[in-house]
Order: sequence, then C-alpha cells, then structure tokens
Amino acid sequence: MSLRRLFRTPEAVAGFAILGCLVLMVLLAPVLFPRDPLSIAGAPLLRPFQDWALPLGTDRLGRDVLAGLFHGARTSLAVGLAAAAASILVGSVIGTVAGFAGGLVDEALMRITDAFQTVPGFLLSLALVSVVGPSLGVVVVAISLSAWTGPARIARAEVLSIRERDYVASARVIGMHPIEIAFREILPNALPPVLALSSVIVAAAILTEAALSFLGLGDPNRVTWGGMIAEGRAVLRSAPFLSIIPGIALVLAVLGVYLAGEGIVESAATRRGNA
Amino acid sequence: MNRAWRLLKRRLVGSIPVLLIVVVGSFLLLEAAPGDAVDAYVASVGGDAGMIEALRQSWGLDASPMTRLAAYLWALLHLDLGHSVALSRPVLSVVLERLPNTLLLMGAATALSFFLGTALGIVAGSRPGSLRDRLLSVGSLALYAVPGFWLALVLTIVFSVQLRWLPLAGMETIASGKTGFSRVLDIARHLVLPVTSLGIIYLALYLRMMRAGMAEVWRMDFTLAARARGIGRRRIVWRHVARNALLPLVTMLGLQSAAMLGGSVVIESVFSIPGLGRLAQEAVGARDTPLLIGIILVSAVLVIVINLLVDIAYATLDPRVGASEANA
Amino acid sequence: MSAPLLGVEGLSKRFSRGGKNFAALDGVGFSIAAGETLALVGPSGSGKSTVARILLRLVEADAGSVHFQGQDLLALRGPALRAVRAKLQMVFQDPQAAFNPRATVARLLDDPLRIHGVVDRSERPKAIAALLARVGLSAELAGRAVHEISGGQRQRVAIARALATRPSLIVLDEAVSALDVLVRADILRLLAELQREQGIAYLFISHDLGAVRAIAHRIAIMDGGRIVEQGAARAVIAAPVSATGKALVAATPELPVSKETVS
Ligand SMILES: Nc1ncnc2c1ncn2[C@@H]1O[C@H](COP(=O)(O)OP(=O)(O)OP(=O)(O)O)[C@@H](O)[C@H]1O
Ligand SMILES: [Mg+2]
Repeated sequence: MSLRRLFRTPEAVAGFAILGCLVLMVLLAPVLFPRDPLSIAGAPLLRPFQDWALPLGTDRLGRDVLAGLFHGARTSLAVGLAAAAASILVGSVIGTVAGFAGGLVDEALMRITDAFQTVPGFLLSLALVSVVGPSLGVVVVAISLSAWTGPARIARAEVLSIRERDYVASARVIGMHPIEIAFREILPNALPPVLALSSVIVAAAILTEAALSFLGLGDPNRVTWGGMIAEGRAVLRSAPFLSIIPGIALVLAVLGVYLAGEGIVESAATRRGNA
Repeated sequence: MNRAWRLLKRRLVGSIPVLLIVVVGSFLLLEAAPGDAVDAYVASVGGDAGMIEALRQSWGLDASPMTRLAAYLWALLHLDLGHSVALSRPVLSVVLERLPNTLLLMGAATALSFFLGTALGIVAGSRPGSLRDRLLSVGSLALYAVPGFWLALVLTIVFSVQLRWLPLAGMETIASGKTGFSRVLDIARHLVLPVTSLGIIYLALYLRMMRAGMAEVWRMDFTLAARARGIGRRRIVWRHVARNALLPLVTMLGLQSAAMLGGSVVIESVFSIPGLGRLAQEAVGARDTPLLIGIILVSAVLVIVINLLVDIAYATLDPRVGASEANA
Repeated sequence: MSAPLLGVEGLSKRFSRGGKNFAALDGVGFSIAAGETLALVGPSGSGKSTVARILLRLVEADAGSVHFQGQDLLALRGPALRAVRAKLQMVFQDPQAAFNPRATVARLLDDPLRIHGVVDRSERPKAIAALLARVGLSAELAGRAVHEISGGQRQRVAIARALATRPSLIVLDEAVSALDVLVRADILRLLAELQREQGIAYLFISHDLGAVRAIAHRIAIMDGGRIVEQGAARAVIAAPVSATGKALVAATPELPVSKETVS
C-alpha cells in the first residue's frame, strides 16, 4: 500500500511517528544505555534536567530514569506484541474450528469463550501470575488468556459466512480434507477483520502489562514502565515526576498504536473502496 | 412483563454451563497452586500432622481429582467457597463484606462514564466532521490510552497533594464519627478521584461508540427523509439519530462490566479502598489462592447478573428484541 | 443393458423457510449413461441446484438413493467419499465465487492434482500447463490471481479444475448462464469436444433451451421438486407434453424450431 495513503490524516502521521520513536528506543536501548538499567547510576532522587549525564534524573535508589524508559520500552513492546500475536493466533484458530465444525463443537467452544469473557480478564491474569509466578512468558500467557476471546468471536462470525460460499463447496467437491479447508481456504479469508482489531489488542496488552507490573507482578528482572510508576509512588509528594514520566511514555505508546492502527485500517478501507 | 420474565429464564438457563466452566477452571487453578485447602485451613487455624491427615481424609482431598471436583462443586452449592489462608476466615464472608464498596465504585463510575460519554458523543456526532467532532474524537482516543492507575496517581498529585481539595485515599474519614448526610458527603468526597480514574476509559468508549453510531444513523434513509422534509437539525438529532444510536451502548454497559471489575483492582489498590479489587491484590500478595479464586467466582456471578439486568433493560427499551427472542 | 453411470431414485429433500417446512425435492429419479449428457431444466426454484448439491454431497438428502459407478454414493463417508470425488466433479455458475479469492490459477489446478495424487509432484507444473492448454488457455495464465482473468477464462479454469482428476461425470449447474453469447458458444463447443475425446458424462443444468438443445442427448424437466417430463432432448423440445415443458419452450421465442430439428 502506498505511503501517501497511509499518511493521509495528521492522526495517522502522529501515530506512525510515535511508533517510530518507540522502535528506535527499543533498538537503541542497549547501545545508548549498555549498563543494567536496574543498577545505580548516580545520587538518588536527582530531578530531571539538572545533570546532562542523567537528563531525566534518578529514582529513589539512584537509577537512571531515562535508561529505565528506554529499556522499559522493550518490555512493553515485546509483551504487547507477543500477547497480541498469541491472542490472535489462538482466537482465530478456536473461532475457525467453532464456526467450521458447528454443532456440539461450536456450542462447547462458544460456552468456553463466554466463560472467559465472564471472568474479569485482569483478575484472570492476576490469578495466573500469582499461581505460576511472574516472568515475561507467564505475563504474556496471562494477558493472552483474557484477550483471545475477541478474535475468536470475530473469526467465528466471519467463518460462518465464508463457510456457505461456493469456493468452500468447490474445495469439498475436489475432495479437500476438512482440516485443509478450514485452515487453508477459510481461515486466511476470515483473518482481515480479526487483524483490523490487532492494534486495539496490542494497546490493551501494553496497558495490562503495565497494570500487572504496577501491582508488582511483572517480571522482577526487567525494567517496566508500570514498575517505574509503582516505584515512584513511594515518593509521590517529593518527586512526583518519577511516576509521571513513565506514565507519559505509556500513554504516548498506547496512543501511537491506536492512531497507527486506525490509519492502517482506514487506508485498507479506501484501497478496497478504490478497487 | 411476561416477555421479560421469559427472557430472564432463558438467560438464566444459558448461564449455567458458563458458570460451570468457570468453576472447573477455578478448580484447575486451585489444583495448580502449591498447597491445598487443608494447608490453607491449617495455616490459618493451626494444627499438627495427625490432624492434617485426618482433615485431608474427611475433606476427601486424598481422593481422585474427579471426586475432589465433585466435592468442590458440592461445597459451592452450599455457598462454601473455602477458607482464606491469610485472613483465617471463610472466603464468602470476606468477599461479601468487601463487595458493596466495589459495587458503589463501579456503579458511580458506570454512571459517570455512560452519561458524560453519551452526552459528549452526541455533541461530537451531531455534526460529523466538524472541528469539535475531531477534537472530541482525538481527545477521547487519548483518554482511551491513559492507564487508570496512572491517571489516579496524577489526579492525586494535583488534587490531593498540591491543591489539597480531596482526600488522598480510603473510603471515608476514619473514626470521624460522621453519620447521615455528612457521612454520605464524606464518602462522596473520597470517591471523586477513584470514580473518575475508573470511569475515564469507559467515558471515552461511550463517546466513541455514540459518535460512530450517530454517524451511521445520519446516513440512513429515514434520517435523510426527515431532512428532506425540512425537519430541523436539532430535532433530528434528538428524535431520530441519538435515540437510534443509543441502544447498542446499553448492551455495552453489560459487556464492559467484567473489564471494569478488573480495572477496579488497580484503582482500589491506589486509593486503598477496601473493595473486592483490593482484596484480590491482597490475596495475591499473601499467596492466598482460595481467596483469589473465590473473588473470581463471585465476580463471574456478578458479571452474569449485571448482563442479565442489562438484557432485561434492553428488552424493555426495544420491543423488537423480546419478540424475536420469544419466537426463537 | 448394463447399469448406468449414475442412477438416482426417489430423491427427497425438505427445507424449512420462515418457520414453514416445504419439499424442495419430492421423489426425483433419473439416470445418466457413460458419455451421455442429461439436461435438467425447469423454472427457478424447482429444485435443480438442490439435486446437484445432493449429488456432490454438499447437502444431505432426506430420502432416496444415488448410485454412482455401482457405489451407494449417499452412504460414503470420509476418505472413501473424498476418493470417489475424483470421478464426480462440478462446475459452478459463478466461477468468481467458486474460487478462493486468494488463489492463483496454478494453485486452483494444483489442488485436485495434489489431493488425488494424479501425477507426481515434480510433474504437476507440466500437468497444469497441459490442463490449461486443454481448455484453450495459455500457460502464462497460471501465475495470475482469480480476479485478474476474464469471466470466460475463469469458467475455462473451472472446467480445467474439474477435468484434472479425469472424472466420468461433471455436474454443470448453470455453468454457461452468466457468460455472454459468444463465449457461451465457445464453452459449449469445448464441453462437447471433451465428451467426444474422454467420454465424460454431463448433468447439464440450465434455463437456456438453446444451450440444452446444442449439447444434451436427453432432457428432464423439473417443477416443484418433481420431474414432470423426461425424454430425448430434441423430441421434448420440439413437442413438450407437460405444462411446464410447454411453458418453457414458449418462453424461448428465439429457439429455432427448424425443419432440421423436426426431421
Ligand atoms: N439451504 C436451503 N435452505 C432453505 N431453502 C432452500 C435451501 N436451498 C434451496 N432452498 C429452496 O429450495 C427450493 C429449490 O431451490 P434450488 O436452488 O434447488 O432451485 P433451482 O431450481 O436451482 O432454482 P434456480 O433456477 O433459481 O437456480 C427453492 O425454493 C429454494 O428457496
Ligand atoms: Mg439453481
């Protein structure tokens, strides 16, 4: 798709600019801040813009806030993308199987989906991390556990309509195996509306990861924005910037994902409109 | 009302398998957690090795997983959600004690987000594409990107620490001896920030839904017809567009209740509100799995009940729904 | 007389529509010999496509039997059913809808070759080119996507796909109805040629008595889920007996009732 179409609205441009910065932060984090971001870099509670070696100051223990921000971007983006990918993969497979198989299989899978949507997702994530113990992988699984239901429902609805199309009948006529029909003929064609949802899922995953870290359930060996915000709470009166700065990074990142996602969906829609 | 009653019955029956799946899932999580119910009980009440063995046997914990699941279901049927390790009390009574605070918080946040969000959505949607529409849309997207717990901290810094207008935390002033109206006022003052932080994301959601819904309705034939007949814009906005765009939002009220319950965990932790969410965080901190699972079960029931109520409200608002449901 | 290629007896199917249950097929029976073309005609909604879909096992019949090459077709399941599909193919009315929108022509033709192991993997590109050539298309079309070729080319690809597994019967459900007149004549000529060369039998479903007259040996007229008239194509078209048949012929004014037809 052409870049002009992608960058049609100022909102989309802003979104891609933010995402670009985020990716740069992720790539440059180990170059610019090779030291462990959890190690002490200077005097504690240094305010921002005082010392140009530590532009955003230091936290309660003297850790470099800017370094934390850069390395935190890695965690946020990694968890967000991994959780979204897992949710979309699991959700679209389950939705496809339910929609294609129909009958009892469909009924059972949809009741399971209902059940997952009935339990507050964040409580579910909390419970899993608390039972299994926090690590990056567990956090990803915990977030996906509540996020796969949306893609599953959309994929199923899509599959239900595609299932009746002639090209599926034609695949049966040439003797294609039902599993191949489901995953080679139907699933790829059911995917676009599910993918249109992916920016929302990535954004929600980033926010959930931040909330888990904020409650102390993130991977303890990694810097996370949520963890930094929680750290700052202890000195909220004297050094509010410690909580405010990573929060701004979080808001910008999520906003960037939303805006870029809307841009992509819209440009895809106009392309289809032109075709 | 007969129709609403039939709908209620259908939905109740439909929610049984869902609840059963939740229960089995909870059971699996409980089994996966280190320690069992006896460990939990003994940790809170105390007891020696012999007693532990005896308890295991009498509670059937040495039996096969299927029997244990059956026993678990049986206990749940008797409203026995197990024993909290950390609090040395039955889970259900702890949960019920905290539930009203969460309901108050959620109710207020829902009301705030729904009414303000809808109103702003109508403002934005009554002139699609206008400057105020674009501003509100981008603004709502920005709000949508704000994590509630961070907003809570920022609001606290501004209104409690800097301006000292509102209390820092808690549900009400401790040992203030306030009663009646002054107590209500006190609680309300305490809830301003939590309710705002919890509701803001949903405010953005309702705003965007309302706006999108109205944009849709504007393009429909009957709206065009009304405009062609020369009916005033303001009248069309209220009589046709807003009314038709509102119904999907009502469904959303039920759908977002689960998410809001989840959101209240962090908000209650930030403001030290003794509700279900904070209880969940405490349970995690104390590795109190039975309590955590109890909270999950009660939340699931709560979500089911809220969705039922919303469905009934929807059926009464939209006569078409109940009719087709009854035929199906 | 040996058993026909396809024998259909007492086929019945009910659908429910708007809460009402009605018979889409009510005791349909006919047979097709090897290398023969039977045309199935009838007004819209008379149940022609339902017959086709039941034969291809896309829809299950309520009652009746279908014997194909001596096998009880309606009793087949799983791998046995998939195996028999090699010999029983179908061409749909709208080739655009009948092809996966993401597929290329090559993939569409490769699928049946691969699934039924018609030729070795290494031979498949050659087989695809041969199939394309057989239906009068150039091999360079293979790389194109479905939406990048014309309607007539698409229907040729559909026929090539049906031919890939060397079937003995092809069901053509309004396969030429959507094409313009010249392309239609071309495709009909191609079908006749294939029948001569490979002895393929057709169940040719159509509204178009002109096309039917050009290709069919026998004709069966359907109305309201029943077969109301059956016979040699030219005879039935020249002098229909049933009311439906008369109406169909009357509704086709350009049908040249030439001396040649009568004689
Ligand atoms: N899946 C279905 N569910 C309900 N009714 C159906 C279904 N398929 C077909 N019918 C009905 O069965 C009857 C026969 O349909 P069929 O498609 O076989 O007719 P047809 O002869 O092919 O018509 P046409 O010439 O318009 O293609 C019609 O009344 C149709 O509406
Ligand atoms: Mg038809």
